[in-house]
Amino acid sequence: MSNIPAELRFAESHEWARLEADGTVTVGISDHAQEALGDVVFVELAEVGKVFAAGDAAGVVESVKAASDIYAPVSGEVIAVNEALADSPESLNDSPYESWIFKLKPTNAAELDKLLDAAGYKAAIGE
Amino acid sequence: MGQRTPLYDWHLALGAKMVDFGGWDMPLHYGSQVEEHHQVRADCGVFDVSHMTVIDVDGPAATRCLQYLLANDVARLGSTGKALYSTLLNEQGGVVDDLIVYRTEAGYRLVANAATRAKVVAWLQAHSAGYEVNVTPRPELAIIAIQGPRARDKVAELVSWSRAALIRELQPFEGVAEGDWFIARTGYTGEDGLEIILPAEQAPVFFNDLVGAGIAPSGLGARDTLRLEAGMNLYGQDIDEQHTPQTSNLGWCIAWQPAEREFIGRSALLNEIEHGVQEKLVGLVLEERGVLRAHQVVRVAGIGEGEITSGSFSPTLSKSIALARVPMATGERAEVEIRGKWYPVRVVKPTFVRHGKILI
Repeated sequence: MSNIPAELRFAESHEWARLEADGTVTVGISDHAQEALGDVVFVELAEVGKVFAAGDAAGVVESVKAASDIYAPVSGEVIAVNEALADSPESLNDSPYESWIFKLKPTNAAELDKLLDAAGYKAAIGE
Repeated sequence: MGQRTPLYDWHLALGAKMVDFGGWDMPLHYGSQVEEHHQVRADCGVFDVSHMTVIDVDGPAATRCLQYLLANDVARLGSTGKALYSTLLNEQGGVVDDLIVYRTEAGYRLVANAATRAKVVAWLQAHSAGYEVNVTPRPELAIIAIQGPRARDKVAELVSWSRAALIRELQPFEGVAEGDWFIARTGYTGEDGLEIILPAEQAPVFFNDLVGAGIAPSGLGARDTLRLEAGMNLYGQDIDEQHTPQTSNLGWCIAWQPAEREFIGRSALLNEIEHGVQEKLVGLVLEERGVLRAHQVVRVAGIGEGEITSGSFSPTLSKSIALARVPMATGERAEVEIRGKWYPVRVVKPTFVRHGKILI
């Protein structure tokens, strides 16, 4: 059983999204995703300023096993990326919900409602 | 559902993440592939490699038959217990499989790959037809590999006095029967260690003893990064029927002497040499962050292109490494395309790590 915090929203492609008080959205990958990937050894981050539509590839997480795209869970502009992942990509394994990957300024915050809640994500991954 | 080794239930009980490997359900890792890798380099780990193919070849013509079938020469095995690595070639010089041959009391024991089992058994049976030999697959045997600098010491503490004595005496690349066990000082990690072939029904108890003694169960994931760092080829990735040993960094295990020994593939290899070997298998080191992967394109300025055959992250080097087949004239630098961008790589001899030491 993986950890699925109740306060987060999830994409079916296994990203989590958190709406912050300032209206921005923080994005990472779920505990289930890091578990499936295995040891993460490299994260290719998007450039700050890039604009993505929901579902666009917005980075790559490489584990020892394989490379996996990370998708923007909602549309928006990248306003920050977690540079600390360059030196410690394994933090995505160790603490997937503290190790964010990028922050978006959402084009339309209502898109968050289209994402799964914790119960929906739990069902989606068959737990 | 894939085929299962006698240790399948034990892998599940130890929390292994199982994957398909050549039709077998095998453990990829038991939590962290990278930790298992480090454990083997620093101390030791235990691998279930019972999926590999054990074939005994004996009979009056066993030596002559294997001299004809293998690119390396089994006549070099001076006495019982000696082993050598060899390729099995087709008439075009392509690699049908790679294997280890041990000289036994009765003849020879071959350990070949898992995914090639049916092909290799059929190949050996077909090409030994004119010889007075018995080719006997031994699916009732399990193989447990214990690898790492402390492997022999730790195993010796867990087995009978006579087996412990044998483990201490064995030289590298020797394998000897002891009762119904066959104990070899061989492996696929670049570290010292053992491969023990034993009856399947004894495997769970022995595996339990090893894990109980604190030896880390280690999966095929760590086995792959360990062998890649050691510069050892993986059949189906780095070597296959389309490439000769001479383009696979395996020229060293073609025995050209005695010149009168005819072996399958010999004339094709000689022909390739005569026309000039066009490619070579090299090591690549990515100096920037990123991960090299199989099938990425390698570009060598002014010379041509090649392809990565195996690539991963090297836990020992903390950077990405690869094996790649490139044009023969390739020098010390090349570039690799990763997701549309070209990254500079250093071209090195494909032995990155041996016995815990970084060699590049």
